Amino acid sequence: MTQMTYMEALRDGMRVAMRSDPNVFLAGEDVGAFGGCFGQTKGLYEEFGPKRVVDTPISETAIMGLATGAAAVGLRPIVEIMFVDFMGVCMDELFNNAAKMHYMFGGKITVPLVVRAPCGAGFSAAAQHSQSLDAWFAHIPGIKVVAPATPADAKGLMLAAIRDNNPVIYLEHKGLFGLSGEVPDGDWEVPLGKAEIKRPGRDVTIITWSAMVGKALEAAERLAADGIEAEVLDLRTITPLDVDAILDSVGRTSRAVIVHEEVRTAGFGGEVAAVIADRGFNLLDAPIKRVTAPDTPVPFSPVLEAMFIPQAADITRAVKELF
Amino acid sequence: MARSSLTTPEPDTATAAGRLPAANLPEVYRRLGAAEIRDALRKMRLIRRFEESAEEAYVRGLIHGTMHLSIGQEASAVGVCSALSPTDYMTSTHRGHGHCLGKGADVGRMFAEFFGREDGYCRGRGGSMHIADPSTGNLGANGIVGGGLPIAVGAALAAKRLGNGRIVVCFFGDGANNEGAFHESLNMASVWKLPVVFVCENNKYGMSTSVARSTSVKNIADRAVAYSMPGVTVDGNRFADVADATHAAVERARRGEGPSLIECLTYRIRGHSKSDRNRYRTKEEIESWQKRDPIQLFEAELLEFGLMDTPEMVAIQTSVEEEITAAIEFAKASPAPSPADLTRYVYTTERGSHGHHGA
Ligand SMILES: Cc1ncc(C[n+]2csc(CCOP(=O)(O)OP(=O)(O)O)c2C)c(N)n1
Ligand SMILES: [Mg+2]
Repeated sequence: MTQMTYMEALRDGMRVAMRSDPNVFLAGEDVGAFGGCFGQTKGLYEEFGPKRVVDTPISETAIMGLATGAAAVGLRPIVEIMFVDFMGVCMDELFNNAAKMHYMFGGKITVPLVVRAPCGAGFSAAAQHSQSLDAWFAHIPGIKVVAPATPADAKGLMLAAIRDNNPVIYLEHKGLFGLSGEVPDGDWEVPLGKAEIKRPGRDVTIITWSAMVGKALEAAERLAADGIEAEVLDLRTITPLDVDAILDSVGRTSRAVIVHEEVRTAGFGGEVAAVIADRGFNLLDAPIKRVTAPDTPVPFSPVLEAMFIPQAADITRAVKELF
Repeated sequence: MARSSLTTPEPDTATAAGRLPAANLPEVYRRLGAAEIRDALRKMRLIRRFEESAEEAYVRGLIHGTMHLSIGQEASAVGVCSALSPTDYMTSTHRGHGHCLGKGADVGRMFAEFFGREDGYCRGRGGSMHIADPSTGNLGANGIVGGGLPIAVGAALAAKRLGNGRIVVCFFGDGANNEGAFHESLNMASVWKLPVVFVCENNKYGMSTSVARSTSVKNIADRAVAYSMPGVTVDGNRFADVADATHAAVERARRGEGPSLIECLTYRIRGHSKSDRNRYRTKEEIESWQKRDPIQLFEAELLEFGLMDTPEMVAIQTSVEEEITAAIEFAKASPAPSPADLTRYVYTTERGSHGHHGA
């Protein structure tokens, strides 16, 4: 175990994968000697050189397409889209090509690629540099979506994503980059599609992922002081969804609160709620609650942005409504 | 439009403009009156002082997030805008403060936006990267690299259809010229002969990546050939060069002959944004461009041609300082948006055609 930040951990995941497989390479805007917009790729260029750590022009469509093409013929690209907000520029390559090739071509072509995309609000970066678009990607059959919340998961999911033979969207939350924690050394994967209980509890299940895991844990501490023991279930992988873990937890607590930073309407929480209602209706003692951002673009003004992002107090309030 | 002889801008070849013989008096000085020339210099100063003051305000915690400063690029913003009429449209970029002020924005409302206040141009919702001011034809700055190009084409299509004689100026960076949106937009504008002037501010880098490492042509203006429009590379640090090239392109657009591409060779003196530590370029390179300061070059030229004297230049500086000071006070006094308005402006509730730009 080594103490490291979320950013160091996701970089460690890339490094381990690149050392173990020469087919793995990284491409994106300013990922080379510059080290990435937030410093995520620092040191990789020095270790692996310009053939495996490739600076691209500002051309997202071609970046996503090159990942698809290179993956189709045997390499294992990791590409960085500097902010998840810019996925709009290259969505077609992702959802009409990368995601569909394996199915559309009858299983004859595989596309093992990872798209890293920083997401999240909290930096007064306004409407085009702050979004969480998790459900956008989850809605496309053929791609997987992971959203780690801790340094250990950042590393383990990175390795698993790189080694998976399908396109995987790796959502790295900007607000977590500096978060520190214990991370297993060496070659260590967190399997895709497996949720994890980050805090056990018997009274209510808070289902969440990414930066909201920290908020949920904070809320759980406050609730404990009031005699409510909340279980915090971190999905870690959004698709494929760990339905069993959700039903198992809700089966024990009989209450579910879903928390995400995405806006409310058609956010991934709606899918989680539907799964519980569909397959676990008889487990519930109370309605399913969602705590989400409101249906608005992310505001610049710090006053408004603070209200936009769900806070621990919003979670405790929602939980208490169930009792 | 003749291609400028300047292809590689070597800073040390910068002649003090004044050594040019009077016969070489740039076209622009025959075209613009004394008041307009004075206004151009004043705007360049205002942009410079606005951004320097924004930097100070940022350090003092009045501004959150990040900022992309255009210090060193003022001649391109103001040179382009000097050829426009107030009703012409403009699309801007993440590095757009100069464009907004060049087009006539008020510094008080700019600061208020930077401070996230209700009197800001976007009521504090947009911040420094998203200033829009339809009252001066500013259709908004874009945080998506290349995002403004198709929008400019759309505004030009509307202007042509409405036959209102307006043209559209579209600013973008050297980095943006590698986005698909650039190519699609130039092609469409050319096929339909739309009244748009594409202005590439080539400051040598997109973030840390140099043009040489990212772009297949030596001069971005060369790309105009592929879209059958005139392309010209000018010294973007010289007001007169930018203004003359823009004037020609605007005239062509107004005659209905279609778009043009202007490449302004310039340099951003500051880092890409507040967090940039400039590791990808040398101190010498930055200093060599500081010696070609567009404001100093412009002043030297005005003195040389006897178009303005030093006391008048000093008076401009003084009045700019006063304007900046008052603007910051105005912005500080402006209220923050009300939390109750968090979801306001997501949708409009008005019905019918708006025509909000007086179209
Ligand atoms: C579609 C998209 N890709 C990437 C970015 C991140 N980004 C913002 S500015 C920038 C560099 C832009 O370079 P250039 O067009 O030359 O403008 P400059 O910053 O030099 O003024 C990059 C990569 C973005 N905002 N949008
Ligand atoms: Mg540039």
